[in-house]
Amino acid sequence: MSIDDVAPTATTWTSGRIITKELVTPTTVRLRMHVDDRLRHWPGQHYLLRLRAPDDYTAQRSYSLASDDSDPLLEFFVERLPDGEVSEFLADVAEVGDVLEMRGPIGRWFTWDVRTPALCLVGGTGIVPAIAMSRAARHAGRPDLLRILAVGRSPEELPYGDELHRFGATVAYTRHAVDDRPAGPPTAAELAPLLDGIQRAYVCGSSRFAGLAEALLMECGMPADSIRVEQFGATG
Amino acid sequence: MPVTRGFVRRRADGPEGRLPPGQYDTGSGWPVLTAEATPHVAPETWTITVDGLVDRPTTWSWDEAHQLPTSTYTGDIHCVTTWSKFDVAFTGVSVDALLEAAGPRSEAAFVMAHSSTGYTTNLPLRDVTGGKAWVVWEYGGKPLAREHGGPVRLLVPHLYFWKSAKWISRLELMAHDQPGFWERNGYHDRGDPWLEQRYQGD
Repeated sequence: MSIDDVAPTATTWTSGRIITKELVTPTTVRLRMHVDDRLRHWPGQHYLLRLRAPDDYTAQRSYSLASDDSDPLLEFFVERLPDGEVSEFLADVAEVGDVLEMRGPIGRWFTWDVRTPALCLVGGTGIVPAIAMSRAARHAGRPDLLRILAVGRSPEELPYGDELHRFGATVAYTRHAVDDRPAGPPTAAELAPLLDGIQRAYVCGSSRFAGLAEALLMECGMPADSIRVEQFGATG
Repeated sequence: MPVTRGFVRRRADGPEGRLPPGQYDTGSGWPVLTAEATPHVAPETWTITVDGLVDRPTTWSWDEAHQLPTSTYTGDIHCVTTWSKFDVAFTGVSVDALLEAAGPRSEAAFVMAHSSTGYTTNLPLRDVTGGKAWVVWEYGGKPLAREHGGPVRLLVPHLYFWKSAKWISRLELMAHDQPGFWERNGYHDRGDPWLEQRYQGD
Protein backbone atom coordinates (compact mmCIF):
# COMPACT_ATOMS: atom_id res chain seq x y z
CA MET A 1 0.00 0.00 0.00
CA SER A 2 1.70 3.17 -1.11
CA ILE A 3 0.54 6.54 0.07
CA ASP A 4 -0.78 7.30 -3.39
CA ASP A 5 -2.96 4.18 -3.41
CA VAL A 6 -5.05 5.00 -0.40
CA ALA A 7 -8.36 6.77 -0.79
CA PRO A 8 -9.56 9.05 1.97
CA THR A 9 -12.19 7.31 4.04
CA ALA A 10 -14.69 9.15 6.15
CA THR A 11 -15.12 7.97 9.71
CA THR A 12 -17.88 9.00 12.07
CA TRP A 13 -18.32 9.01 15.82
CA THR A 14 -19.69 5.85 17.32
CA SER A 15 -19.49 4.30 20.74
CA GLY A 16 -17.54 1.45 22.26
CA ARG A 17 -17.99 -0.56 25.44
CA ILE A 18 -15.15 -1.51 27.78
CA ILE A 19 -15.05 -5.31 27.96
CA THR A 20 -11.87 -5.73 30.00
CA LYS A 21 -9.73 -3.29 31.95
CA GLU A 22 -6.36 -4.17 33.44
CA LEU A 23 -4.00 -1.92 35.35
CA VAL A 24 -0.77 -3.39 34.02
CA THR A 25 1.47 -1.16 36.12
CA PRO A 26 0.59 1.71 38.45
CA THR A 27 0.84 4.07 35.46
CA THR A 28 -0.48 2.01 32.54
CA VAL A 29 -3.87 0.55 31.71
CA ARG A 30 -4.93 -1.94 29.06
CA LEU A 31 -8.49 -1.63 27.74
CA ARG A 32 -10.26 -4.04 25.42
CA MET A 33 -13.38 -2.61 23.83
CA HIS A 34 -16.25 -3.67 21.65
CA VAL A 35 -17.50 -1.49 18.79
CA ASP A 36 -20.58 -2.51 16.81
CA ASP A 37 -20.07 -2.78 13.04
CA ARG A 38 -16.55 -1.44 13.26
CA LEU A 39 -14.49 -0.60 10.19
CA ARG A 40 -11.50 -2.75 9.30
CA HIS A 41 -8.08 -1.38 10.16
CA TRP A 42 -4.43 -1.64 9.24
CA PRO A 43 -1.89 -2.21 11.99
CA GLY A 44 -0.47 1.15 13.01
CA GLN A 45 -3.76 3.03 12.89
CA HIS A 46 -5.32 4.75 15.87
CA TYR A 47 -8.72 5.62 17.31
CA LEU A 48 -10.03 8.74 18.95
CA LEU A 49 -11.58 8.38 22.38
CA ARG A 50 -13.84 11.21 23.52
CA LEU A 51 -15.19 11.90 27.00
CA ARG A 52 -18.24 14.09 27.58
CA ALA A 53 -18.96 15.97 30.81
CA PRO A 54 -22.45 16.88 32.09
CA ASP A 55 -21.98 20.46 30.79
CA ASP A 56 -21.22 19.02 27.32
CA TYR A 57 -17.51 19.81 27.64
CA THR A 58 -15.55 17.17 25.73
CA ALA A 59 -11.97 15.94 25.77
CA GLN A 60 -10.61 13.66 23.08
CA ARG A 61 -7.25 11.98 22.50
CA SER A 62 -5.78 9.59 19.94
CA TYR A 63 -4.64 6.13 21.00
CA SER A 64 -2.89 3.56 18.84
CA LEU A 65 -4.40 0.12 18.54
CA ALA A 66 -2.51 -2.86 19.92
CA SER A 67 -4.99 -5.26 18.35
CA ASP A 68 -4.92 -6.36 14.74
CA ASP A 69 -7.91 -6.50 12.44
CA SER A 70 -8.62 -10.18 13.19
CA ASP A 71 -9.24 -9.47 16.89
CA PRO A 72 -12.95 -9.26 17.73
CA LEU A 73 -12.13 -6.45 20.17
CA LEU A 74 -10.07 -3.26 19.96
CA GLU A 75 -7.16 -3.16 22.39
CA PHE A 76 -5.57 0.02 23.76
CA PHE A 77 -2.62 0.43 26.10
CA VAL A 78 -2.58 3.86 27.69
CA GLU A 79 -0.01 5.54 29.86
CA ARG A 80 -1.54 7.54 32.70
CA LEU A 81 0.04 10.97 32.36
CA PRO A 82 0.22 13.43 35.25
CA ASP A 83 -2.73 15.78 34.88
CA GLY A 84 -3.78 13.96 31.69
CA GLU A 85 -7.51 14.52 31.66
CA VAL A 86 -8.26 11.56 29.39
CA SER A 87 -5.55 9.11 30.44
CA GLU A 88 -6.24 9.66 34.15
CA PHE A 89 -9.93 9.02 33.54
CA LEU A 90 -9.19 5.80 31.65
CA ALA A 91 -6.85 4.58 34.39
CA ASP A 92 -8.70 5.75 37.50
CA VAL A 93 -12.39 6.16 36.70
CA ALA A 94 -13.41 4.03 33.72
CA GLU A 95 -14.90 0.63 34.51
CA VAL A 96 -15.86 -2.47 32.58
CA GLY A 97 -19.24 -1.84 30.96
CA ASP A 98 -18.70 1.88 30.49
CA VAL A 99 -19.46 3.27 27.05
CA LEU A 100 -17.10 5.83 25.47
CA GLU A 101 -17.40 7.86 22.27
CA MET A 102 -15.01 6.50 19.66
CA ARG A 103 -13.97 7.24 16.11
CA GLY A 104 -11.66 5.37 13.83
CA PRO A 105 -9.62 3.96 12.40
CA ILE A 106 -7.62 7.17 11.79
CA GLY A 107 -4.30 7.67 10.03
CA ARG A 108 -3.33 6.01 6.79
CA TRP A 109 0.37 6.85 6.79
CA PHE A 110 1.77 5.08 9.83
CA THR A 111 0.34 1.77 8.66
CA TRP A 112 1.90 -1.50 7.59
CA ASP A 113 0.60 -3.50 4.62
CA VAL A 114 1.75 -6.88 6.07
CA ARG A 115 3.76 -7.37 2.85
CA THR A 116 6.71 -4.97 2.92
CA PRO A 117 9.66 -6.24 5.00
CA ALA A 118 9.68 -3.81 7.91
CA LEU A 119 11.43 -2.93 11.12
CA CYS A 120 9.84 -1.24 14.13
CA LEU A 121 12.14 0.87 16.31
CA VAL A 122 9.82 1.73 19.14
CA GLY A 123 10.07 2.95 22.71
CA GLY A 124 7.84 3.12 25.78
CA THR A 125 4.16 3.11 24.91
CA GLY A 126 5.30 3.68 21.31
CA ILE A 127 5.58 -0.11 21.34
CA VAL A 128 1.80 -0.38 20.98
CA PRO A 129 1.52 -0.07 17.16
CA ALA A 130 4.40 -2.56 16.81
CA ILE A 131 2.28 -5.03 18.80
CA ALA A 132 -0.56 -4.58 16.32
CA MET A 133 1.89 -5.14 13.45
CA SER A 134 3.32 -8.27 15.08
CA ARG A 135 -0.15 -9.69 15.65
CA ALA A 136 -1.08 -8.98 12.03
CA ALA A 137 2.15 -10.65 10.87
CA ARG A 138 1.46 -13.73 12.98
CA HIS A 139 -2.15 -13.88 11.83
CA ALA A 140 -0.97 -13.74 8.21
CA GLY A 141 1.57 -16.49 8.90
CA ARG A 142 4.39 -14.11 7.98
CA PRO A 143 6.20 -13.15 11.20
CA ASP A 144 9.39 -13.21 9.09
CA LEU A 145 8.32 -9.91 7.45
CA LEU A 146 8.61 -7.90 10.67
CA ARG A 147 11.47 -7.20 13.04
CA ILE A 148 11.09 -5.24 16.25
CA LEU A 149 13.69 -3.39 18.29
CA ALA A 150 11.85 -2.32 21.43
CA VAL A 151 13.28 0.12 23.94
CA GLY A 152 12.16 0.39 27.55
CA ARG A 153 13.62 1.57 30.82
CA SER A 154 13.50 -1.83 32.52
CA PRO A 155 11.74 -5.19 32.16
CA GLU A 156 9.05 -4.04 34.58
CA GLU A 157 8.35 -0.94 32.49
CA LEU A 158 8.43 -2.56 29.05
CA PRO A 159 4.87 -2.76 27.69
CA TYR A 160 3.97 -6.18 26.29
CA GLY A 161 7.36 -7.60 27.35
CA ASP A 162 6.31 -11.26 27.26
CA GLU A 163 4.63 -10.88 23.89
CA LEU A 164 7.67 -9.09 22.45
CA HIS A 165 9.97 -11.87 23.63
CA ARG A 166 7.68 -14.54 22.18
CA PHE A 167 7.72 -12.69 18.85
CA GLY A 168 11.52 -12.69 18.90
CA ALA A 169 11.89 -8.94 19.30
CA THR A 170 15.24 -7.47 20.22
CA VAL A 171 14.92 -5.51 23.46
CA ALA A 172 17.15 -2.71 24.75
CA TYR A 173 16.77 -1.52 28.34
CA THR A 174 18.05 1.97 28.96
CA ARG A 175 18.33 1.62 32.75
CA HIS A 176 18.71 -2.10 33.32
CA ALA A 177 21.68 -4.34 32.51
CA VAL A 178 20.99 -7.84 31.15
CA ASP A 179 23.74 -10.47 31.06
CA ASP A 180 26.33 -9.04 28.68
CA ARG A 181 24.29 -5.95 27.67
CA PRO A 182 24.88 -2.86 29.79
CA ALA A 183 22.01 -0.46 30.39
CA GLY A 184 21.73 2.11 27.60
CA PRO A 185 19.97 3.11 24.40
CA PRO A 186 20.22 0.84 21.36
CA THR A 187 23.42 1.13 19.37
CA ALA A 188 24.17 1.06 15.65
CA ALA A 189 25.86 -2.32 16.21
CA GLU A 190 22.59 -3.69 17.58
CA LEU A 191 20.39 -2.11 14.93
CA ALA A 192 22.43 -2.65 11.75
CA PRO A 193 22.04 -6.48 11.54
CA LEU A 194 18.26 -6.12 11.92
CA LEU A 195 18.05 -3.91 8.83
CA ASP A 196 19.19 -6.56 6.36
CA GLY A 197 16.50 -6.79 3.69
CA ILE A 198 14.30 -4.21 5.41
CA GLN A 199 12.49 -1.75 3.11
CA ARG A 200 10.55 0.33 5.64
CA ALA A 201 11.21 1.50 9.17
CA TYR A 202 8.53 2.57 11.65
CA VAL A 203 9.57 4.79 14.55
CA CYS A 204 7.14 5.36 17.40
CA GLY A 205 7.75 6.95 20.78
CA SER A 206 8.25 10.29 22.47
CA SER A 207 9.60 13.21 20.45
CA ARG A 208 13.00 12.74 22.09
CA PHE A 209 12.98 9.02 21.34
CA ALA A 210 11.93 9.62 17.73
CA GLY A 211 14.79 12.05 17.18
CA LEU A 212 17.34 9.53 18.47
CA ALA A 213 15.75 6.67 16.54
CA GLU A 214 15.75 8.56 13.23
CA ALA A 215 19.41 9.47 13.66
CA LEU A 216 20.33 5.88 14.49
CA LEU A 217 18.45 4.50 11.47
CA MET A 218 20.12 6.95 9.12
CA GLU A 219 23.51 6.20 10.66
CA CYS A 220 22.84 2.56 9.75
CA GLY A 221 22.05 3.54 6.15
CA MET A 222 18.25 3.61 6.19
CA PRO A 223 17.08 6.23 3.64
CA ALA A 224 15.09 9.07 5.21
CA ASP A 225 12.17 8.47 2.85
CA SER A 226 11.86 4.88 4.07
CA ILE A 227 11.26 6.01 7.66
CA ARG A 228 7.75 6.66 8.94
CA VAL A 229 7.39 8.35 12.28
CA GLU A 230 4.67 8.62 14.88
CA GLN A 231 5.57 10.68 17.90
CA PHE A 232 3.66 11.88 20.86
CA GLY A 233 4.16 14.51 23.47
CA ALA A 234 2.59 14.69 26.88
CA THR A 235 -0.80 15.74 25.60
CA GLY A 236 -2.78 13.95 28.28
CA MET B 1 -24.21 11.80 22.68
CA PRO B 2 -24.75 10.77 26.32
CA VAL B 3 -22.53 11.97 29.14
CA THR B 4 -19.53 9.77 29.97
CA ARG B 5 -20.11 8.25 33.41
CA GLY B 6 -17.81 9.82 35.97
CA PHE B 7 -16.21 12.45 33.69
CA VAL B 8 -16.25 16.10 34.71
CA ARG B 9 -14.53 19.15 33.29
CA ARG B 10 -11.36 19.94 35.18
CA ARG B 11 -9.61 22.28 32.77
CA ALA B 12 -10.42 25.93 32.41
CA ASP B 13 -11.75 27.11 29.08
CA GLY B 14 -8.82 29.43 28.48
CA PRO B 15 -9.25 33.04 27.45
CA GLU B 16 -12.83 33.94 26.56
CA GLY B 17 -13.75 32.94 23.02
CA ARG B 18 -10.29 31.76 22.04
CA LEU B 19 -10.47 27.98 22.54
CA PRO B 20 -12.11 26.20 19.57
CA PRO B 21 -14.43 23.25 20.31
CA GLY B 22 -12.69 20.07 21.45
CA GLN B 23 -9.36 21.84 22.07
CA TYR B 24 -7.41 22.36 25.30
CA ASP B 25 -4.77 24.89 26.33
CA THR B 26 -1.35 23.23 26.25
CA GLY B 27 0.15 26.09 28.26
CA SER B 28 3.88 26.50 27.86
CA GLY B 29 4.32 23.18 26.05
CA TRP B 30 4.64 22.79 22.30
CA PRO B 31 4.21 19.14 21.31
CA VAL B 32 6.17 17.99 18.26
CA LEU B 33 4.23 15.85 15.79
CA THR B 34 5.90 14.81 12.57
CA ALA B 35 5.29 11.96 10.15
CA GLU B 36 8.74 11.81 8.63
CA ALA B 37 12.36 11.92 9.66
CA THR B 38 13.23 15.50 10.71
CA PRO B 39 15.52 16.96 8.04
CA HIS B 40 18.58 19.16 8.44
CA VAL B 41 17.94 22.16 6.20
CA ALA B 42 20.70 24.77 6.15
CA PRO B 43 19.63 28.41 5.77
CA GLU B 44 22.41 28.89 3.18
CA THR B 45 20.86 26.34 0.85
CA TRP B 46 17.18 26.87 1.69
CA THR B 47 15.04 28.53 -0.97
CA ILE B 48 11.35 29.12 -1.44
CA THR B 49 9.65 29.09 -4.82
CA VAL B 50 6.23 30.37 -5.84
CA ASP B 51 5.18 28.79 -9.12
CA GLY B 52 2.31 27.07 -10.89
CA LEU B 53 -0.40 29.44 -12.10
CA VAL B 54 1.59 32.65 -11.71
CA ASP B 55 2.91 35.17 -14.23
CA ARG B 56 6.43 35.26 -12.78
CA PRO B 57 7.59 32.03 -11.11
CA THR B 58 9.99 33.30 -8.44
CA THR B 59 12.54 31.76 -6.10
CA TRP B 60 13.98 33.52 -3.04
CA SER B 61 17.13 32.55 -1.16
CA TRP B 62 17.40 32.99 2.62
CA ASP B 63 19.01 36.43 2.15
CA GLU B 64 16.53 37.50 -0.52
CA ALA B 65 13.56 36.45 1.61
CA HIS B 66 14.96 38.44 4.52
CA GLN B 67 15.04 41.58 2.36
CA LEU B 68 11.27 41.46 1.96
CA PRO B 69 9.21 43.46 4.48
CA THR B 70 9.22 41.63 7.81
CA SER B 71 5.87 40.60 9.22
CA THR B 72 5.00 39.16 12.64
CA TYR B 73 1.98 37.09 13.68
CA THR B 74 0.98 37.24 17.32
CA GLY B 75 -1.91 35.08 18.37
CA ASP B 76 -3.02 31.49 18.81
CA ILE B 77 -2.37 28.16 17.07
CA HIS B 78 -4.49 25.00 17.10
CA CYS B 79 -3.40 21.41 16.44
CA VAL B 80 -5.81 18.73 15.23
CA THR B 81 -4.57 16.49 18.05
CA THR B 82 -6.55 18.90 20.30
CA TRP B 83 -3.92 21.17 21.82
CA SER B 84 -4.06 24.91 21.33
CA LYS B 85 -1.33 27.37 22.23
CA PHE B 86 -2.11 30.98 23.03
CA ASP B 87 -0.14 34.17 22.38
CA VAL B 88 2.66 32.83 20.23
CA ALA B 89 4.77 35.12 18.03
CA PHE B 90 6.20 34.11 14.68
CA THR B 91 8.20 36.41 12.41
CA GLY B 92 8.95 36.11 8.72
CA VAL B 93 7.29 37.43 5.61
CA SER B 94 3.64 37.58 4.63
CA VAL B 95 2.61 35.15 1.89
CA ASP B 96 0.91 38.19 0.31
CA ALA B 97 4.37 39.67 -0.36
CA LEU B 98 5.52 36.50 -2.12
CA LEU B 99 2.35 36.30 -4.20
CA GLU B 100 2.57 39.97 -5.14
CA ALA B 101 5.99 39.36 -6.65
CA ALA B 102 4.92 36.19 -8.47
CA GLY B 103 1.58 37.52 -9.78
CA PRO B 104 -1.13 34.84 -9.42
CA ARG B 105 -3.13 34.27 -12.59
CA SER B 106 -6.86 34.80 -12.45
CA GLU B 107 -7.59 31.05 -12.64
CA ALA B 108 -5.45 30.26 -9.58
CA ALA B 109 -7.77 29.23 -6.73
CA PHE B 110 -5.80 26.73 -4.62
CA VAL B 111 -2.27 26.32 -3.28
CA MET B 112 -0.24 23.21 -2.68
CA ALA B 113 2.42 23.87 -0.06
CA HIS B 114 5.47 21.63 -0.51
CA SER B 115 8.17 20.85 2.03
CA SER B 116 11.70 19.76 1.26
CA THR B 117 10.80 16.37 2.80
CA GLY B 118 8.07 15.74 0.24
CA TYR B 119 5.29 16.66 2.68
CA THR B 120 2.43 18.54 1.05
CA THR B 121 -0.73 20.26 2.21
CA ASN B 122 -3.47 21.90 0.15
CA LEU B 123 -5.15 25.23 0.86
CA PRO B 124 -7.69 27.46 -0.84
CA LEU B 125 -5.84 30.56 -2.12
CA ARG B 126 -8.17 32.77 -0.09
CA ASP B 127 -6.85 31.10 3.08
CA VAL B 128 -3.30 32.31 2.43
CA THR B 129 -4.07 35.84 1.19
CA GLY B 130 -5.24 38.99 2.90
CA GLY B 131 -2.83 38.81 5.86
CA LYS B 132 -3.79 35.26 6.89
CA ALA B 133 -0.56 33.36 6.14
CA TRP B 134 3.19 33.76 6.59
CA VAL B 135 6.47 32.08 5.80
CA VAL B 136 8.30 32.31 9.14
CA TRP B 137 11.84 31.80 10.47
CA GLU B 138 11.55 33.13 14.00
CA TYR B 139 9.54 31.94 16.98
CA GLY B 140 9.43 34.14 20.06
CA GLY B 141 12.27 36.25 18.66
CA LYS B 142 14.61 33.29 18.18
CA PRO B 143 15.45 31.17 15.11
CA LEU B 144 12.75 28.57 14.50
CA ALA B 145 13.91 25.20 15.85
CA ARG B 146 14.44 22.32 13.44
CA GLU B 147 11.83 20.08 15.07
CA HIS B 148 9.26 22.86 14.73
CA GLY B 149 9.98 23.24 11.02
CA GLY B 150 13.10 25.37 11.05
CA PRO B 151 14.75 27.05 9.39
CA VAL B 152 11.49 28.11 7.68
CA ARG B 153 7.89 26.91 7.89
CA LEU B 154 4.54 28.01 6.56
CA LEU B 155 2.18 29.57 9.11
CA VAL B 156 -1.58 29.55 8.53
CA PRO B 157 -2.76 30.03 12.10
CA HIS B 158 -6.51 30.20 11.47
CA LEU B 159 -6.47 26.58 10.27
CA TYR B 160 -5.34 23.41 12.09
CA PHE B 161 -1.58 23.38 12.34
CA TRP B 162 -0.91 20.52 9.90
CA LYS B 163 -1.66 23.15 7.22
CA SER B 164 1.36 25.14 8.46
CA ALA B 165 3.85 22.96 6.60
CA LYS B 166 7.26 22.56 8.24
CA TRP B 167 10.44 22.97 6.15
CA ILE B 168 8.47 24.87 3.49
CA SER B 169 10.14 25.07 0.08
CA ARG B 170 7.45 25.76 -2.50
CA LEU B 171 3.99 27.24 -2.95
CA GLU B 172 2.36 25.89 -6.10
CA LEU B 173 -0.73 27.72 -7.33
CA MET B 174 -3.41 25.53 -8.89
CA ALA B 175 -6.80 25.96 -10.52
CA HIS B 176 -8.31 22.92 -8.81
CA ASP B 177 -8.01 21.50 -5.33
CA GLN B 178 -5.89 18.37 -4.80
CA PRO B 179 -5.37 16.57 -1.51
CA GLY B 180 -2.01 16.92 0.21
CA PHE B 181 -0.28 14.44 2.50
CA TRP B 182 -2.58 14.28 5.51
CA GLU B 183 -5.58 15.09 3.36
CA ARG B 184 -4.93 11.86 1.42
CA ASN B 185 -4.49 10.12 4.72
CA GLY B 186 -7.87 10.85 6.20
CA TYR B 187 -7.71 14.49 7.28
CA HIS B 188 -10.08 17.25 6.26
CA ASP B 189 -9.39 19.30 3.12
CA ARG B 190 -9.81 22.70 4.80
CA GLY B 191 -9.25 22.18 8.53
CA ASP B 192 -11.08 25.09 10.21
CA PRO B 193 -10.72 24.53 13.98
CA TRP B 194 -13.84 26.59 14.75
CA LEU B 195 -15.89 24.20 12.61
CA GLU B 196 -13.96 21.16 13.97
CA GLN B 197 -13.00 20.10 10.44
CA ARG B 198 -10.53 17.49 11.68
CA TYR B 199 -11.07 14.43 9.51
CA GLN B 200 -12.71 13.43 6.24
CA GLY B 201 -16.45 13.55 6.79
CA ASP B 202 -16.44 16.46 9.30
